[in-house]
Amino acid sequence: MSSQEHVFDAVGPRGRRVIRLVTAASIIVIAAVVVLIVQRFGAAGQLAGDRWAEFTQWPYIQFLLAGLGNTAIAAAISAVIAIPTALLMAIGRTSRRAWIRWPATIYIEFFRSVPLLLVVYIFVSGLPTYGINPDIFWKLVIPISLCSSGVMAEIFRAGILALPAGQVEAALSIGLRHSQATRFIVLPQAVRIVVPSMVAQLVVLLKDTTLGYAVSYPELMKTANNLTAYTNHLIQTYLVIAAVYVVTNVLISHLARYLERRISRRTVRTGRASRAGVPAGIG
Amino acid sequence: MQELFTTYLPELLAGLWMTARLTAVSFIGSLVLGTIAAAFRISPIVPLRAVGRLYVELFVNIPLISLLVVVTFGLPDIGITFDLFTCAALSMALLGGAFTCEAIRTGVNAVSVGQIEAARSIGLDFFGVLRHVLFPQAYRSVVQPLVNVFIGILLSSSLAGVIGVKDLTLQVSEINNQAALGLTAYMVAAFAYVIISLLAGGFGAWLEKRWRVQR
Repeated sequence: MSSQEHVFDAVGPRGRRVIRLVTAASIIVIAAVVVLIVQRFGAAGQLAGDRWAEFTQWPYIQFLLAGLGNTAIAAAISAVIAIPTALLMAIGRTSRRAWIRWPATIYIEFFRSVPLLLVVYIFVSGLPTYGINPDIFWKLVIPISLCSSGVMAEIFRAGILALPAGQVEAALSIGLRHSQATRFIVLPQAVRIVVPSMVAQLVVLLKDTTLGYAVSYPELMKTANNLTAYTNHLIQTYLVIAAVYVVTNVLISHLARYLERRISRRTVRTGRASRAGVPAGIG
Repeated sequence: MQELFTTYLPELLAGLWMTARLTAVSFIGSLVLGTIAAAFRISPIVPLRAVGRLYVELFVNIPLISLLVVVTFGLPDIGITFDLFTCAALSMALLGGAFTCEAIRTGVNAVSVGQIEAARSIGLDFFGVLRHVLFPQAYRSVVQPLVNVFIGILLSSSLAGVIGVKDLTLQVSEINNQAALGLTAYMVAAFAYVIISLLAGGFGAWLEKRWRVQR
């Protein structure tokens, strides 16, 4: 942050004049763009009140809320499965034993570099060939858990590696076994370091549930799709839904940043696991 | 396996080519948008900083599918129509640009204040500082995060199949619906994604080492 101010600080009178001029010009351009967009909507008749009215009527809101509820359930269950799996895999990957380390590494690297939709398709139309045919809910939640546990495992591992080696050495020298050192010394600290990043990762989980749209699990996105089939107000519905996602995710990101500030104030750290607030993963 | 490669090789290759094109176009678009947004966010012009911030907050948090659907099926309602590939590439570039912007900003913050003061004192203006001092170093120090953006775009390109762009994921799904090959087709596709990701990661590590800024 510190460098930002210094790109342009302490400008002279000429600099101030230039900044004022460009500021005014940019305001005009931004206003023009906004007016243009609104005009475009207006000209196409998309601003008409009745096209937006449904979002103030309870039956429609209730319909969308049911979708939001399903989104929340899918995201929550995915998190409950993914986080412990990720922790296990991270411990596995940092193990001293090769026969634990290698499977964990392959699991993490595989699920980190395979598209979620492909895994979903495997559950929807690949595995049923072999008689594995769970409910559509699990066909969405299990792939999300698999893929995000790969990413989360790397976050946990970064937290484990961020601890100075002296900690484990000290633990071993007072007579703890390796497993005890991991349990009592490494994990409590590593988990605390990565809490903000984990919370930020929930944003990715929530976004991942929108794949319900592709496999017809009635989460918010699919519910919106069903609603538009009835009302035909496509752009309005999807803009409202997008706004719901953005607001929810911004709130989660803010929680992550708040936690990060709190935790970094209370503990002395040598390394940073990763930056909270900006979740890894585009989706 | 045999049947997959004898009968469906053209479809597989077409899917791989589509995924590669989509990823490449979107990634280049992300770099351009991300650089512009980063310049906005560190500029002295308050409205532009606000625009940069709004852009990042919006597109870091919007799910790709909902953006894809708005762009593909929503925009025609206000008289804007693109072909499917453009819709997918545009949506992915918009999202990727927001992540790229945040990566570049991390790199900008890693450049020490003294360098910028020095650059200003030899008479460089804002764009001069950006072009000759800040961005060259910022890019070099965020190679790895940018590779992550690339891999993120590669994986999310599979969602383009939702709007009907025939990428690798959609192709293998359709092959499987025709031929019921069980897991074979999917595993071949998964293997391709893993290989591309690993190659990108390896290339990133090599580039990072080559470009490392001496401080």
